[in-house]
Amino acid sequence: MTEHSVFDEMWGRDDQIRAPYQNFFDWFDQEDPKRLRAKNREAEDLFRLTGITFNVYGRSEAEERLIPFDIIPRIISGSEWAKLSRGIEQRVRAINAFLHDIYHTQEILKAGRIPRAMIYQNEAFQSKMMGVDVPGGVYTHIVGIDLVCTGPGEFYVLEDNARTPSGVSYMLENRETMLQMFPELFSKNRVQSVQQYPIDLRRSLAACAPRMAQADPTVAVLTPGIYNSAYFEHAFLADQMGVELVEGHDLRVIDGRVAMRTTRGYKPIDVLYRRVDDDFLDPLNFNPDSQLGVPGIMDVYRAGGITIANAPGTGISDDKAIYSYMPEIVEFYTGERPLLQNVPTWRCSEPDSLAYVLDNLEDLVVKEVHGSGGYGMLIGPTATKKDIADFRRKLRARPKNYIAQPTLSLSTVPIFAKAGLTPRHVDLRPYVLVSPDGIKITPGGLTRVALKKGSLVVNSSQGGGTKDTWVLEE
Amino acid sequence: MLGKTANGLFWMYRYMERAENTARLIETGQRIALTRLNQTDDEWLSVMRSADCLEGFMAAHDEVSRDLAVDWMLRSKDNPSSVVSSVNAARQNARLVRTAITGDVWEAVNSAYMSLKKALTRKVSERDLPSIVRLIRHHAALVRGVTHGTMLRNDIYDFARLGTFLERADNTARILDVKYYVLLPSARAVGTSLDNVQWESILRSVSARGGFRMEYGAGGGPRQIADFLILDRRMPRSLAFCAGKLCDNLGYLADGGDAGAGSREKVDALRDGLLSQSIDAIFEFGLHEFLQKTLKELSAISRQIEQDFRFYA
Repeated sequence: MTEHSVFDEMWGRDDQIRAPYQNFFDWFDQEDPKRLRAKNREAEDLFRLTGITFNVYGRSEAEERLIPFDIIPRIISGSEWAKLSRGIEQRVRAINAFLHDIYHTQEILKAGRIPRAMIYQNEAFQSKMMGVDVPGGVYTHIVGIDLVCTGPGEFYVLEDNARTPSGVSYMLENRETMLQMFPELFSKNRVQSVQQYPIDLRRSLAACAPRMAQADPTVAVLTPGIYNSAYFEHAFLADQMGVELVEGHDLRVIDGRVAMRTTRGYKPIDVLYRRVDDDFLDPLNFNPDSQLGVPGIMDVYRAGGITIANAPGTGISDDKAIYSYMPEIVEFYTGERPLLQNVPTWRCSEPDSLAYVLDNLEDLVVKEVHGSGGYGMLIGPTATKKDIADFRRKLRARPKNYIAQPTLSLSTVPIFAKAGLTPRHVDLRPYVLVSPDGIKITPGGLTRVALKKGSLVVNSSQGGGTKDTWVLEE
Repeated sequence: MLGKTANGLFWMYRYMERAENTARLIETGQRIALTRLNQTDDEWLSVMRSADCLEGFMAAHDEVSRDLAVDWMLRSKDNPSSVVSSVNAARQNARLVRTAITGDVWEAVNSAYMSLKKALTRKVSERDLPSIVRLIRHHAALVRGVTHGTMLRNDIYDFARLGTFLERADNTARILDVKYYVLLPSARAVGTSLDNVQWESILRSVSARGGFRMEYGAGGGPRQIADFLILDRRMPRSLAFCAGKLCDNLGYLADGGDAGAGSREKVDALRDGLLSQSIDAIFEFGLHEFLQKTLKELSAISRQIEQDFRFYA
């Protein structure tokens, strides 16, 4: 029997169904592919009707797009998940401790574990946050950790998302869709529920309310508006939490509080879950041209009159340049060895690393430090000679702007294609809630899948799809 | 509730109501055209005047024809009251207030939008018009039905109802005003088959033909029609009925307090005016003058509601 170099989460390396998938596969094997195909189309109609679409910037309303959904779930065993959760929790604790430190006494810089320039020359660093004591001591109320898998139980962190991670509505709607289409699957498999996420989120946010808030704090979601690509998710979360969805022009600072204009006058908000970037949050304190934010909200925040989730300035912890320091960060604040692996990373700002990267471009993935969405990156093994030459020039011109990583052999999970089950590369983004009451990780997350054969790019803006993610009960 | 949300709800329901009313007007126009008792082009002029979209039409076109008029009222993006524009606006508002409406209501509005967008991609042929009109009415009924069946009876519902009944009253007043001359006592004696068609068209355009026949049998002339559509409190599209609903919903919103006092004062005046008058007194006052006055009052009420409940600032 041949061993495959790529690990498939259903078939392993040796074409033997792995234990977590056995039950599902037995069911799948008995199903009529025609019925499943019809179900797949039904899922699309369901998504369109419920409006789970994302807007493409600068296009007309006709351009509300669906993210393709694949009906084959990604399945993780309970024990695998328990191990993963411990690593995620440790990492999220370290991120919060790091943020508190950076915006206070900066012990980690004094200890020389991170170069000062990494912080002070970083656009994500917000000097306005220096010395601010955030309510409940929580900086990152909601975190999404992007993971990739390379073998059984072998997960690597690809990226931390500590600003305003998106996609959780897909986690919830994917499950809802599977429950509606294949209820029988959920009586055969004991899948841990994700549907409590919105309630957990509301509780978690309320627990972070400023001291002056009443017993039942007023929570609201701040959206840039209906033309934002993630508007559906903003509305969805507000709806599921049972809180108001506000835009900047609904809000005003009155008597030292941020208040929303209701039909009965202005009402103060205690916790604002903002889905607006730092720069646009407050035209008086950040970008003066912003129409999306609330003038003066930062002053209220600094005076303890409101909780902003996530706190401004958290970007300093999920920046791709900082990423390479995460193992040091985890050790520094927890005193423990990191449970979750980082992908080995070369910082092109360092001459030795740059030299290595330039010599090995064909084998590496090179990323822009501040890029996102899978744009502006080079995937060496699949790039053309011209792409590589172009990137070499860019690297030489602005080495600080890039990091490089080896191309990991990412795992695959089958999708339901015309020809039947076909392996495709996946990643995983679990969602983590942080409050003074503790850290809560929803069992599952968003599995993104590269629908093109061999592709490693899972971003929805570049042809990625999603899957329901199952964590089985032990 | 956010002022913005109240605004969104109010307009979402106004636009849904408008889409349905426009569809009904098109249906009426088509029916009259088919009877061939009249210069059909004139009829389309008056239909468009009823739908308050004639001015825009004349600015965009050099001639009047059935095809152009139907297309303008059904599909034109340049006509803010066309069915397509109204349904788009209703859905846009529904997106804005997604957290205030139930999932069922959102899905009903979204499915109205999706299916009408598909059905109205191309010009609608005469042959397909009846089924398109049916489709529009079906979707409007669905939105109304799930609203009734799934929404909490709270301030969200009250704003939805205010939008519905303001638009409906406005629509009924407009239809009557365009045709007021066939209802005047001086026209009564004529009694030609043409008049019968005209009266019938008024009843049809507010879906009141069945109700009217139930009430008056084969009898009933213009005076009864005017009475039915203006003063009858059982007829769900009459001015008196709509005014009563506006009073009720503003009352629920105030809940014994003084919220919306300005709007309530204006709506009370409208309703009391309708309840205390006889149809003869209205004719004496002048039907056209009365309807114009009512339209002005309705738009003042709309502005007052915006202001009282902080829709914009």
